[in-house]
Amino acid sequence: MSDQINDSRRNFLSKAAIAGSITIAPGVFLHQTAQAKSDDQAVSSNTRWGMLIDTDKCSKGCTDCVDACNNEHSLTGFDRPTTDAQYIRKVSLVEKQTGHEISLPMMCQHCETAPCVDVCPTGASFKREDGLALVDKHICIGCRYCMMACPYKARSFVHEEIKNQTLSAPRGKGTVESCTMCVHRIDKDGIPACVEACTEENHNAMIFGDLNDPNSTISQELKKHGGKQIRADLRLNTGVRYQGL
Amino acid sequence: MTKCFLRISLILTGLIMLFPTQGIAETPFPTIHEPEGHGVECVEDEDEMRRNHMNYILHQRDKTMHEGIRTETYSLSRCIDCHVQPNDKGEVVGHDDKEHFCNACHQYAAVQIDCFQCHADRPQKYIKRASKPQALKEQLQEVLAAKDMGDAQ
Ligand code: SF4
Ligand code: SF4
Ligand code: SF4
Repeated sequence: MSDQINDSRRNFLSKAAIAGSITIAPGVFLHQTAQAKSDDQAVSSNTRWGMLIDTDKCSKGCTDCVDACNNEHSLTGFDRPTTDAQYIRKVSLVEKQTGHEISLPMMCQHCETAPCVDVCPTGASFKREDGLALVDKHICIGCRYCMMACPYKARSFVHEEIKNQTLSAPRGKGTVESCTMCVHRIDKDGIPACVEACTEENHNAMIFGDLNDPNSTISQELKKHGGKQIRADLRLNTGVRYQGL
Repeated sequence: MTKCFLRISLILTGLIMLFPTQGIAETPFPTIHEPEGHGVECVEDEDEMRRNHMNYILHQRDKTMHEGIRTETYSLSRCIDCHVQPNDKGEVVGHDDKEHFCNACHQYAAVQIDCFQCHADRPQKYIKRASKPQALKEQLQEVLAAKDMGDAQ
């Protein structure tokens, strides 16, 4: 029932968005206007949030996305790089034959069939209806099975007592955490902090949007130019895709 | 029988001496500051909130975590926004301070609060980061349009 309402609401809104966006650029849709969700509305599987990263535009030394994420979630370190929490990190890939180097940001890939969810003994690791892989820290017992299961090393364990958390990013000792796709922002019709920073600094290497909406910028771009999954062989159907690999 | 009665009254007298009645009757009421911007009424009656605030917060917690429902009325952050305000010295104390709105009662009732191991214990409205998604979306459209032009050539 509620899905039906969502559907018709979405159709109506996306028509409105089409009408509105023609003046901006024909054929390009500002999907997020179409997806606007009110605060009392539950998320639904009509939407699947995803990200597309163009590695050609991502430069080696740049950490703007990482800095923005750390700032957004108040990920202060304890000068212990091996255990300090990180939601997103820069990774370099070098092709041995040619020496060609690719730099890319790596975070939770929001797998459709998520290994972290499979192994979690408590149900703390879960997939939200709209495709986000999250940790319910109220339930997490800190066993770290999910960290072992994640093929992308996306998760961190909080080893120390945390103070001065930000309002939108609760985090504390004894629980596991990872990229939330900035759920607190996207629930309010915003975009993730990393994408915002990357675009704001004019690198434009990251696109965020609804993979289920064929008219969204990200879907259109994926359709036109494609986008690869890292470790596609694992068949996890990741929500984060890369170009230029 | 009389022995038993005597013993009970002795115990009672002992208890009364141990805890002067004043100490039992007087609840150290926390200072409730005038909430900012929300009007002075709480979201429910005071009596109701004193007894059942945890149920409201717990219910809202699961709705927000799993369904993305972000109404503010019964959210923990709404409580904090109103009730945790600067003291006379202009400081906003943390949850481990006995002046903190939540801690004042919880310390008295000897009920440990776990919320603030993870959640912010003070209002953060002053450091809220503004996001500018619309302008950035438009910038992105231009870049993608340029890329398409490149493809066409
Ligand atoms: S990338 Fe790792 S943490 Fe994220 S959904 Fe996949 S398995 Fe889970
Ligand atoms: S650490 Fe927490 S989220 Fe991860 S598997 Fe254990 S209980 Fe689940
Ligand atoms: S989406 Fe948010 S949480 Fe995830 S890497 Fe980007 S800034 Fe960090």
